[in-house]
Amino acid sequence: MAEVLDIQEQQTELHNHVPTPDNGEGGEKTVFGISYGKTMMWYFLLSDAFTFSAFLFSYAAIRLGQPWWPNPNYVFKSFPFMGEANVPLGFVSVMTFVLILSSVAVVRAVQEGHRMNQKGVALWMLGGILGGLFFLGCQAWEWTHLIQEGLRPFYNPFGPDANGLTHLVHEKMLLSPGPVAFGALFFGITGFHGFHVFTGVCINVWAFFSTLNGKFQRRGHYEMIEKVGLYWHFVDLVWVFVFMAFYLM
Amino acid sequence: MQTSTSIESHVDEHAQHQAHGGGHHHTETFISKYIFSLDHKTIGKQFLTLGMLWAIVGGGLSVLFRVQLGWPDETFPILERIFSSWFTDGKLNPEAYYSLVTMHGTIMVFFVLTASLSGTFANLLVPLQIGARDMASPLMNALSFWFFVAASIVMFSSLFLSSGAASAGWTIYPPLSALPQASPGSGDGMTFWLIAVVLFVVSTLLGGLNYVSTILNMRTKGMTMFKLPLTVWAILFTAIVGILSFPVLVSCVVLLIFDRGLGTSFYLSNIVIGGKALPFAGGSPILFQHLFWFLGHPEVYIVILPAMGIVSEVLAVQSRKPIFGYQAMIFSLLGITVLSFLVWAHHMFLSGMNPFLGSLFTLFTLLIAIPSAIKVFNWITTLWRGNIRINTPTLFCIGFVSLFISGGLTGIWLGNSTIDIQLHDTYFVVAHFHIVMGVAAFFGMFAGIYHWFPRMYGRMMNETLGFIHFTITFIGAYVIFWPMHFLGMAGVPRRYYTFNEFEAFAQYDDLNKVISIAAIVVFLAQFIFLINYVWSIFKGKKATQNPWKANTLEWDAPMGNLHGNWPGELPEVHRWPYDYSKFADSETDFIPQTVPLTEAEKNEKH
Repeated sequence: MAEVLDIQEQQTELHNHVPTPDNGEGGEKTVFGISYGKTMMWYFLLSDAFTFSAFLFSYAAIRLGQPWWPNPNYVFKSFPFMGEANVPLGFVSVMTFVLILSSVAVVRAVQEGHRMNQKGVALWMLGGILGGLFFLGCQAWEWTHLIQEGLRPFYNPFGPDANGLTHLVHEKMLLSPGPVAFGALFFGITGFHGFHVFTGVCINVWAFFSTLNGKFQRRGHYEMIEKVGLYWHFVDLVWVFVFMAFYLM
Repeated sequence: MQTSTSIESHVDEHAQHQAHGGGHHHTETFISKYIFSLDHKTIGKQFLTLGMLWAIVGGGLSVLFRVQLGWPDETFPILERIFSSWFTDGKLNPEAYYSLVTMHGTIMVFFVLTASLSGTFANLLVPLQIGARDMASPLMNALSFWFFVAASIVMFSSLFLSSGAASAGWTIYPPLSALPQASPGSGDGMTFWLIAVVLFVVSTLLGGLNYVSTILNMRTKGMTMFKLPLTVWAILFTAIVGILSFPVLVSCVVLLIFDRGLGTSFYLSNIVIGGKALPFAGGSPILFQHLFWFLGHPEVYIVILPAMGIVSEVLAVQSRKPIFGYQAMIFSLLGITVLSFLVWAHHMFLSGMNPFLGSLFTLFTLLIAIPSAIKVFNWITTLWRGNIRINTPTLFCIGFVSLFISGGLTGIWLGNSTIDIQLHDTYFVVAHFHIVMGVAAFFGMFAGIYHWFPRMYGRMMNETLGFIHFTITFIGAYVIFWPMHFLGMAGVPRRYYTFNEFEAFAQYDDLNKVISIAAIVVFLAQFIFLINYVWSIFKGKKATQNPWKANTLEWDAPMGNLHGNWPGELPEVHRWPYDYSKFADSETDFIPQTVPLTEAEKNEKH
């Protein structure tokens, strides 16, 4: 038993050893003490963060240019299988919670990777994948629901009566009851985020099967799970901002 | 993710190369060696070749519209024969004129000076100068080039659309770009433009991530960050600027595509066409300008930073002196990188944005003069009392410094929001940016090509043809753009198809003719370069291993296209790259980076 632990410790050490440099032939230390794959991933995430920031700044700029904005407590008040029940932000809270849980699962997968525990990695990655799929399912339901209520990229049924702001609007001048930008921004930004979740799930599925067939075990480290995890946490973090922008403000 | 696994197998392959003492050879076909190559040196040449083709197209388009501007009353049946769909009765159509201007800008800014300039020299120089066998991910590197090819095919085919190529300017401001019915080029031409640019951004991103991680992670033993040649530093900052600014262009373009295809109103509001109100409401064209220029301004630094790096390196080598202020050069690059993200709205002083923002952006814009001036002074002091070799690369570097000063000074005028009221959208602006980022960046590129040609092809370029090329281009560039300052100060607006109907501008007819003649001459002079380039590949004088007697590692690696760059072990670096003319009593005036420090030098704690 002690021997087994010893091997595990050695393997952990092997994993924690950062390749310096990365060309495998000895050389200068890497600048951030991480492998080139992680460097690439961090810079990619930085770049993607700028994409999302541009979208969210556009959201802010357009929203601040409107006389008023639909009240999220009214727009997002439905819950599946509960008919006309009024549950403001209930459903989105569930989605958000599950997405955060799936991030936690991936953290556990990374941890199991450090311990070179193949089964543990696979199990927790599966958890992360299921969380992601659940989130995508929720998003599909919410989109369908809002489309049924009449929301379109060019039309917004959530008019001033939803806010008690009728006095602010000359209704005859409007082609759409609410500010049209609401639908466009909602579908555009949550869609772009959903696309990221979708690619994240695909990558996680690939990582899951690669773990199962022992690819990383043979390689001697689970750094790929860390890289995949970085992307997944990023997608999760972006949701927090998207959630704030559309549901809380 | 597939990518990185194949990289790792690639790295293993390198390790095997090592084990076999480098004597191991692949059997490579023509296609795997020259077309779908993974070798960074070949990919660099591919970027250069495609960039040259694009430069001919982009320059050729400018000749066509300069003909219109120089001789607005005359007809050119011969041009109509060749470009029949753009000409009617021997005269360029107004719609075609706007397409040509748009495509000239797009091609030159994106396809030549961004993709080709960075692509060529980052690929050729980064692994060689840092002492690596290849890029971190050779596959991503090749993909970067092939996405550039895909973008090129889409953009080039848009020139042949019956409705014409995009014609909203390279800045594609809505509503001209957002409403397909706004102008002939706003339809399919614009769609092609947008698709091409999205592909282009993918290419830039793949390339940029690769350059950054290669520079940060793959340096050979002894090559600390502060022993890197300035070319590598410049490419590092260029790649970072690209990684952070191009994604914002993607957001900008995605919203524009939604406005065009899905009926959204991100950039559109209250528009009436042909007496009919369009159903758009609540959008903001100024939002588009903010998003666009958040890329658009850093973009000009993406263009100029690699040229600065090339000039710093070539000037030090050719004047046989250490670069003056090595660290100042690096920190001024950093300063420009940071400031480049804080100045975008100086393109929008007259857009209707809050005028108070103008003062803030004026402040940051003028601050850029500081790092730029540091660089200029350092180039001049590097030349000062140097043992200067007057050859083509040197001349192009000196030309670069001259142009950068001339064009940079007018930037200080335009950066002031008050002066901009007078000069906005005049030929003064055209003169400014063509000199400072257009011609100057081309000069950096030429300096680089003439300097590293022996590294690429093992032969030297012809010096006589190089001198002729330089002289015509340098004088010609000033003849084209210097008078434009006066046109601009007199209020002549840019983008106009003809000035015939304006009495105030009639007196500039002759000046416009002079500019057009110079433009045609300079364009034709570039063929001297092309002939020289192609001829030298096959017939040029054979180059020695280190023809310029330079210190950097690319001259340490054996000439030729050896995959893996060094046959044996990677070289070890002991000193910075600028030890030129260090010891008066030494036989040679240069000490390569691989030479260990002497005891005396160690005591100096250099």
